[in-house]
Amino acid sequence: MFGFGILTGVTFLPLVGVAFLLTQKGDDEPTLRNIRWATLATTIATFGLSLVVWSRFDTTSAAFQFVEQKDWLGSGLLYKLGVDGFSMPFVLLTTFLMPFAILASWESVQKRVKEYMIAFLVLETLMIGVFCALDLVLFYLFFEGGLIPMFLIIGIWGGKRRVYASFKFFLYTLVGSLLMLIAILAMYGKAGTTDITVLLTTEFSKEMQTWLWLAFFASFAVKMPMWPVHTWLPDAHVEAPTAGSVILAAILLKMGGYGFIRFSLPMFPDASTHFAPLIYALSVIAIVYTSLVALVQEDIKKLIAYSSVAHMGYVTMGLFTLNAQGMQGAIFQMISHGFVSGALFLCVGVIYDRMHTREIAAYGGLVNRMPIYAFVFMLFTMANVGLPGTTGFIGEFLALTGAFQANSWVALIATSGVVFSAAYALYLYRRVIFGVLDKASLKNIVDLTPREIAIFTPLVLITIYYGLQPGPILNATQASVDNLIQTHTALLDAIKLAAAGQ
Amino acid sequence: MPFFVQLAHHFLPETILAIGVLVLILIGAWRGERGFGLVDEMAVGLLSLALVAIALSSTPGASIFDGAYIDDGFSRFMKALTLIGAIVSILMSVDWLQRNGLEKFEYPVLIILSTLGMLLLISADNLIALYLGLELMSLALYVMAAFARDDGKSSEAGLKYFVLGALSSGMMLYGASLLYGFAGTISFSGIAAVVSTSAPIGVIFGLVFVLAALAFKMSAAPFHMWTPDVYQGAPTPVTAFFASAAKMAAVAITLRIVVTAFPGVKDQWRQIIIFISIASMLLGSFAAIGQENIKRLMAYSSIGHMGFALIGLAAADEAGVRGVAIYLTIYLIMTLGTFAAILAMRVQGKYVENVADLAGLSRTNGWMAFFLAMLMFSLAGIPPLAGFFAKYYVLLAAVDAGLFGLAVIGVLASAVAAYYYLRVVKVMYFDEPAPAFDRAPMALRAVLAASTLALLGFWVYPSPVMDAAAAAAKSLF
Repeated sequence: MFGFGILTGVTFLPLVGVAFLLTQKGDDEPTLRNIRWATLATTIATFGLSLVVWSRFDTTSAAFQFVEQKDWLGSGLLYKLGVDGFSMPFVLLTTFLMPFAILASWESVQKRVKEYMIAFLVLETLMIGVFCALDLVLFYLFFEGGLIPMFLIIGIWGGKRRVYASFKFFLYTLVGSLLMLIAILAMYGKAGTTDITVLLTTEFSKEMQTWLWLAFFASFAVKMPMWPVHTWLPDAHVEAPTAGSVILAAILLKMGGYGFIRFSLPMFPDASTHFAPLIYALSVIAIVYTSLVALVQEDIKKLIAYSSVAHMGYVTMGLFTLNAQGMQGAIFQMISHGFVSGALFLCVGVIYDRMHTREIAAYGGLVNRMPIYAFVFMLFTMANVGLPGTTGFIGEFLALTGAFQANSWVALIATSGVVFSAAYALYLYRRVIFGVLDKASLKNIVDLTPREIAIFTPLVLITIYYGLQPGPILNATQASVDNLIQTHTALLDAIKLAAAGQ
Repeated sequence: MPFFVQLAHHFLPETILAIGVLVLILIGAWRGERGFGLVDEMAVGLLSLALVAIALSSTPGASIFDGAYIDDGFSRFMKALTLIGAIVSILMSVDWLQRNGLEKFEYPVLIILSTLGMLLLISADNLIALYLGLELMSLALYVMAAFARDDGKSSEAGLKYFVLGALSSGMMLYGASLLYGFAGTISFSGIAAVVSTSAPIGVIFGLVFVLAALAFKMSAAPFHMWTPDVYQGAPTPVTAFFASAAKMAAVAITLRIVVTAFPGVKDQWRQIIIFISIASMLLGSFAAIGQENIKRLMAYSSIGHMGFALIGLAAADEAGVRGVAIYLTIYLIMTLGTFAAILAMRVQGKYVENVADLAGLSRTNGWMAFFLAMLMFSLAGIPPLAGFFAKYYVLLAAVDAGLFGLAVIGVLASAVAAYYYLRVVKVMYFDEPAPAFDRAPMALRAVLAASTLALLGFWVYPSPVMDAAAAAAKSLF
């Protein structure tokens, strides 16, 4: 349509919903119902459209598909979209989780509902755009633009310390990204274009790669987040409304990992190899240290936030092993973490909506009153720990296998993180769910409502399904991963040959 | 070229304003206080006519009046920006003047005189013409700063601006006389010819003095001291005029003089520009953090933005000048929009100007809060708003020219600056509501909405600005 392809449709479909929401006026119940249903319908339609893309997606090819390109701004910048095996799963993850985020806000958000839904729909457009963009500046536009709605979501609908958390989130991410902007400009200066497909084949000199890699690292490490720049995440998670936490953990964090796969590894192979030990070190520190920090948290959301940092440690470790198992594992871990951590935050949201506290000490013995909830929470806790049969296991196992091939010491320390994660997750579960129900405030707590069951059912099924059947996801990324590793090895060999020749 | 051909083809906007302003003074003298409405509307008409004259000028550029002035793509571009700033400033000020009992016909007359000075300044091609334009612009501005003559702060602002402005004029004259003494010519191209072979020390000294005087007019650090007081004290519509039109002219002549008169001593003036740029960005970012008065906040913000725009000039090439031209265009839109919002801050008939007065605006006036929030995000340079592209193109030029250090300092300063822009958003969206504002006049709402839409839509269709800026930059080299 108008010379645009289906990816433009997927990316900008949520904005159609925004246009409709803008016509809604008033605070009465029928209007609010309209707003909620319209938002839900928009996100489901977007998911449907992304499924169409998925059904026509050729998993055997490593090339970019559904590519569309238009001149934009002149001077070498392009409006270019496309997906490959790396980005396709993330697009689906985003569109899949958005309806759940909207459903989770159905009753818990009562003030300024219209603005809330608009913020989420705009955020969805920007997130899909990040994964589809094939032009660096366009990517940057979507990447940074996402800060605005998220800032407002945390700041307006967040908890008590929301102002502090929103500023910290915004400024941390901004500083990292601005350094990446300089690197983007330098790459444009060298290659004369910001087309990602061209940049993937451009060779940057060794020295330049080092600087570019560091600049991109500054941005993605904050976004990931990696130790020691992770401190914005617990604050943002704790203060954000439930749906905000879900999106933050499930999708925004993945942009960092996606950035490493899309830019750092293929474009700066030399620097990536050079800096891999640094990444390993930061990753294992993240895995061990933040797991220990999680163990002593008093706040449920904060605990899950720290566990997210630890899990992202597996991702960065796996990515920089630069072998098929490690990278596949890392990507799988990101997808799995999207489902699992999203679901865990939804679980916290369930009891928060009822009790309005996230203090672990305020709970206990919930299994007596909420058996279904106890089951759901247990399943996702186990998936978070990496129990075989859930998606969490596949990702961690593959990432660790890859790490063993690359560096057995790293794998050894990282494996200890599995034990720690079991410790903090089970400890949390015991304190919240088991024990005696002796708190008066909990006597009348009710189990999951049909709406909540409807939210969790698909997530439970998908976590188990892909835990037993990881094939579809792994196949989708296989071709792209193999291609990346081959190119990488070839480039490094070429450099070695050149060095030997001199 | 015959005199009248020069007037008609290359000097038409200035001619229109010069003759028109005399007519306006006559009308004003004839009708007295009652003449404000008519004079005001005619002033808008005159400025618009001048803008149309520029838009329709199709003749190739030329040097006119024995090399005193030059009419080229760059001057046309900058004049168009200046005129837009002046027109919008007048439109925004009517309501304010009426409510404060200041509807005197001198106000539009002074704006036109000052705008005429800016146009002459932008076109100046020798030192005399430069000084003439600079003084015509500044003298009118001094009076305007003190226009609310019963208000102590306004008088103070006018006096401060005048005393410090006179000092900078003195520096300009001193620098100009040094340049003439050592180069033996007042024309920019003549100076360029002398300086290309060797640069006498006196020329360098003259250059430093001239740049100091121009930095004063641009309100770039370390010559920024007047800015916060004058911005705060002057009547708000006058501040809007200072921040929009006057800035355009000052930056334009700075670009022209260093690029056309001193290409031979590029390395020397680049150092100065880089220093001014860094100092302005850092000062603008850090000093604004503690400000409670939004006009004062905008003063520091403007200092920071001038520093950022000068990054493009530090690159000293065509891409850099193009970056500055784009930057100024977008900055003009952002400034006018923000001041429209500030002028609309009126509680029960009384104007307020503290950041705290904006509290909870998103609930009392959702659209205004949204527009102002977008303006703030744009000023902070967050994509996809236009403010990002302004920064993008100057940074691109700087990185291409190898000025990585400057670019890194620039982005870090803009991250610091983002803090206080976000604070305004925070006050509007996260805080409990303060008393609601009165209904704003149509003109302000229109300017606010139009500027925000321009910023939001820039990335969809940027080519008019991009092409015009590229053409303007090309004509300077």
